[in-house]
Amino acid sequence: MAILLFAEHDNAALSDQTAKALAAASRIGSDIDVLIVGKNAGSAAEEAASLAGVRSVILAEGNALEHRLAEPTAELILSLSGNYDTIVAPATTTGKNVLPRVAAMLDVMQISEITEAISADTFKRPIYAGNAIEVVQTTDAKKVLTVRTAAFPAAGKSGTAAPIKIVETGTAGAGLSSFVENIFSKSDRPELGSAKIVVSGGRALGSEESFRKVISPVADKLGAAIGASRAAVDAGYAPNDLQVGQTGKVVAPELYIACGISGAIQHLAGMKDAKVIVAINTDEEAPIFQIADYGIVGDLFEILPEMERQL
Amino acid sequence: MKILVPVKRVIDHNVKIRVKTDGSGVDLANVKMSMNPFDEIAVEEAIRLKEAGKADEVVVVSIGPAQAQDVLRTALAMGADRAILITVDGTVEPLTVAKLLKGVAENEQPGLVILGKQAIDDDANQTGQMLAALLGWSQATFASRIDLGADRAKVTREVDGGLQVIDVRLPAIMTADLRLNQPRYASLPNIMKAKKKPLEQKTPQDFGVTVEARLRVLRTEEPAVRQGGIKVANTAELFDKLKNEAGVI
Repeated sequence: MAILLFAEHDNAALSDQTAKALAAASRIGSDIDVLIVGKNAGSAAEEAASLAGVRSVILAEGNALEHRLAEPTAELILSLSGNYDTIVAPATTTGKNVLPRVAAMLDVMQISEITEAISADTFKRPIYAGNAIEVVQTTDAKKVLTVRTAAFPAAGKSGTAAPIKIVETGTAGAGLSSFVENIFSKSDRPELGSAKIVVSGGRALGSEESFRKVISPVADKLGAAIGASRAAVDAGYAPNDLQVGQTGKVVAPELYIACGISGAIQHLAGMKDAKVIVAINTDEEAPIFQIADYGIVGDLFEILPEMERQL
Repeated sequence: MKILVPVKRVIDHNVKIRVKTDGSGVDLANVKMSMNPFDEIAVEEAIRLKEAGKADEVVVVSIGPAQAQDVLRTALAMGADRAILITVDGTVEPLTVAKLLKGVAENEQPGLVILGKQAIDDDANQTGQMLAALLGWSQATFASRIDLGADRAKVTREVDGGLQVIDVRLPAIMTADLRLNQPRYASLPNIMKAKKKPLEQKTPQDFGVTVEARLRVLRTEEPAVRQGGIKVANTAELFDKLKNEAGVI
């Protein structure tokens, strides 16, 4: 049974999320083709070809596909779907945008954000912000699923590169929507979704300025990505793409340092798979301490500068 | 322009859910139910567009048990004009919801459908995208800003790298993210008025849709519990533990 994996990349480089979704796909079956949709995405395709467990890479390029807008991308995946009985994507914002559209066109019920593949048709997935885990079996002949990548290790590199096949792309789905611009924050820090260490700030930071002044130096010294709680993002202390939680990013770093974050359920859903959790909070009753491996009760405005000095 | 807003009745977001010990699901007995928070944001956005003179009618629709009337009344009290309830008991999967909504959209001919990006019970994040597919309309998911024109709309989306702005042709499907707006509370006079607003009852048969489940839920489990650790006195002790005990720095 063949599997089509819709890859995450930015045309120039393949995202680590793709390698993780590949690890999930390889637990379902073995004939895995990676689909790179984009424009001038040859280098991302080459990276995909070097991953272990890839049968081939399918490269689909076109002007309408550069930003992988939902309508033309879903049409493209639909046109390829006849050769596959499973279609997989990492649960990135692109995967979540495109795949349900494909599923509906195929008259298939998607299985969202799997955290475990029990068999080719049975999966575990979190519901209620991770407060319950559902074991679901699909009865659809074709399976469409997204992968919560934090739950899977990245697939490794292969010794030999898989072949790259270029497919013709049509104009189906083009014209319904068009790309205007990306407003991305530029940062030299590692990407939040794949960083080994994450330093995260909450509402206790009090302002955008202190969020930057207190969190950034420690993150820089540790070579860490910066995260934020929903409360901090809602208050405008940090941009939306830093939000960790059920409705933001789900991360599983080696080390997660939660600073001034009380530990609301929806935040815990986004980081509880971290290997080691450190919590810094003035309130010793804060729920975050119940799941933290190491906790410090105290004022983050004193503790974080001290950490920076000691690093 | 008419705006259609589908709303779902879910366990209130403040309720701590309990997994039934026999693994048959989540305990819904005597639990407070409310409108899905993302749907509330969608309703608010539609009302604001109407208040700004960009829409002339806001129609809300819910698919669920008879009690889903409550969330429709809430939406009417916020300022929606009329409501449609499609009565179905038990779980309805997003694909079936999308098929029913397609029927509603074909009857109502809205210029815009705004949904919540996901429901906080099944966390599927599918219905809007599926509805867009079935109608063959454009889609703008995870919206944090909507600039509605006469036949096109500019939408700012929350995406992994930051924000993405796209331009979509109307009619379109949009799904609301957290920061699109802050929903209002309904005032008491508006709650009273909402009781008199029209609420039409329908069944899936009215739309020629068979309610069927494609997924079998074999069991529902408690998530793995993470054990709490220790408190350390200061940062020096913390770094010592992180280096020598955990080995992560």
